[in-house]
Amino acid sequence: MSTADAALLPSRAPAPALTRPGLGRLTLVELRKMVDTRAGFWLQLSVAALTLLIVVVTALTGHDSDHTLSNMLNNSVQPASVLLPIVGILLVTSEWSQSTTLTTFALVPQRSRVVSAKLLASLALALAAFVICLALSLIATAAVAGGVEGAWHLPATMVLQMFVYLAIAMVGGVAFGAALLSSAPAIVLSFVLPISWSIVSNLIAGLDSVGRWLDPGRTYAPLTDHLLSGKESARLLTTVLVWVVLPLAIGVWRILRSEIK
Amino acid sequence: MIEAEGLTKNYGGKAAVRDVGFRCEPGTVTGFLGPNGAGKSTTLRMICGLTPPTAGSSSVLGMPYARLTNPGRQVGVLLDASAQHAGRTGREALGVSAQLMGVDRARVPELLERVGLERSAAKKRVRQYSLGMRQRLGLAHALLGDPEVLILDEPANGLDPVGMRWMRGLLRDFADRGGTVLLSSHLLREVEATADQLVIIGNGRIVAQGTRDELLAGTGTIVRAATDDAALAKALRAADMDPRETADGLLVDAAPELVGQAALRGGVALRELRAAEGSGLEQLFFELTGDGDSAGGDVSAPTPTPALEATR
Repeated sequence: MSTADAALLPSRAPAPALTRPGLGRLTLVELRKMVDTRAGFWLQLSVAALTLLIVVVTALTGHDSDHTLSNMLNNSVQPASVLLPIVGILLVTSEWSQSTTLTTFALVPQRSRVVSAKLLASLALALAAFVICLALSLIATAAVAGGVEGAWHLPATMVLQMFVYLAIAMVGGVAFGAALLSSAPAIVLSFVLPISWSIVSNLIAGLDSVGRWLDPGRTYAPLTDHLLSGKESARLLTTVLVWVVLPLAIGVWRILRSEIK
Repeated sequence: MIEAEGLTKNYGGKAAVRDVGFRCEPGTVTGFLGPNGAGKSTTLRMICGLTPPTAGSSSVLGMPYARLTNPGRQVGVLLDASAQHAGRTGREALGVSAQLMGVDRARVPELLERVGLERSAAKKRVRQYSLGMRQRLGLAHALLGDPEVLILDEPANGLDPVGMRWMRGLLRDFADRGGTVLLSSHLLREVEATADQLVIIGNGRIVAQGTRDELLAGTGTIVRAATDDAALAKALRAADMDPRETADGLLVDAAPELVGQAALRGGVALRELRAAEGSGLEQLFFELTGDGDSAGGDVSAPTPTPALEATR
């Protein structure tokens, strides 16, 4: 065995004091996992490309009344709100489909810390996407409606609401992925379930009052449109409880107690 | 140091692993042997905190695995060579873990080279890897954190003979430097050459364990006549010996010199006369492997041979 080889084997010198990998580091690792596979990379590139396209189209078409920062931003977050949840789903489910859970949970036995890191990484990705949307919207507004009165009107609370809109979608993806632990069903159901529920609750008169509180299609929409009223906030929270918190709770329970094979 | 005590795992009322206990000391290689489905992988997963045991406990470096500060830097684990994201490159798979454990990223190319994955292979996605390449990547992954303990499930699977020899040398060296190695295998020959300790499991139960030398110690003599085995058997019976036919020749429960003298008295020329190293172990292992298909069922473990029982 050469000396070069020997250098790589355990030195058996007194081990340096070990520290537990912090949540920050785990989050960075999860962010890395989002982009180091083809699926993740192309998904995010498509989000960026679509966002750019939508901003350009919004800026070049329509009336002056549409060329407001508020409208630009509203349109620009739409691709991310639809596609980023898939990144969130895959961030969880790919560990199961690829059996990398064996590695991940051998390196971090406290599984709840891995789940936390995945949630934080998802929020970080949502924030990054939102900042890009905001930047593109600012540039587009400056380019086509710089002098138009009222074009720049956008209260800080509205900006926050739009981010919350994106963040809910993103965390919802992670939650569905965690609850189902399987890519295809999680992706399909995360689209089909809310839409079906939306249709059903609109068609059946008796369910209409329920739909007003639990239909994501209806309760999420005001977030990007206007400042929420108290009642709208309550409806939003109720929907989030059912569509995000509940699947997430089921998912965490499954992940923490399942046998990793 | 690895300790397991009374590890038991039931699936739907059936015991996959029953009361498994053993100890792996620093500086030794322990071979965890058993046919497929005997409960090896389940036991290793329990030790690594991935499968909750129904009963019993285990510890690595003196504490339950889940309480290790930074497991990747303390224990190198390879439970399934295919458990890498198929869409990542080999280098990226190690890179992710290096970042997680806080290991200098310069170790990644070093280790890839060390396990024989050249630069071109490291850039390929794991999907394109052969099983042998995945094993090498898995071994690199296990060594990445410069651990004191290695836990490897069937690491030789898919390796070619050169690769196996290389791995044996690597594990031997790791142990000689004070590391603890626990590796599982379903092939006796594969671990015989590397392990100092053997733990043999069949149908979820430990059927024999001890040092390799104890388990392989003479359990008789193998003898073959130059031409006439029947005459040889007759000569041995005349000396009050009870020869049994095996694939290797006649197995006699007596020391080689006594067997030689008996053959001389019978006037039979010999072609082979040697101590039957580990043929008892092999016999036991054959019985276990024969039962391998029904593992997980209620088939009771074969009775260990007296020689093995004595060493437990």
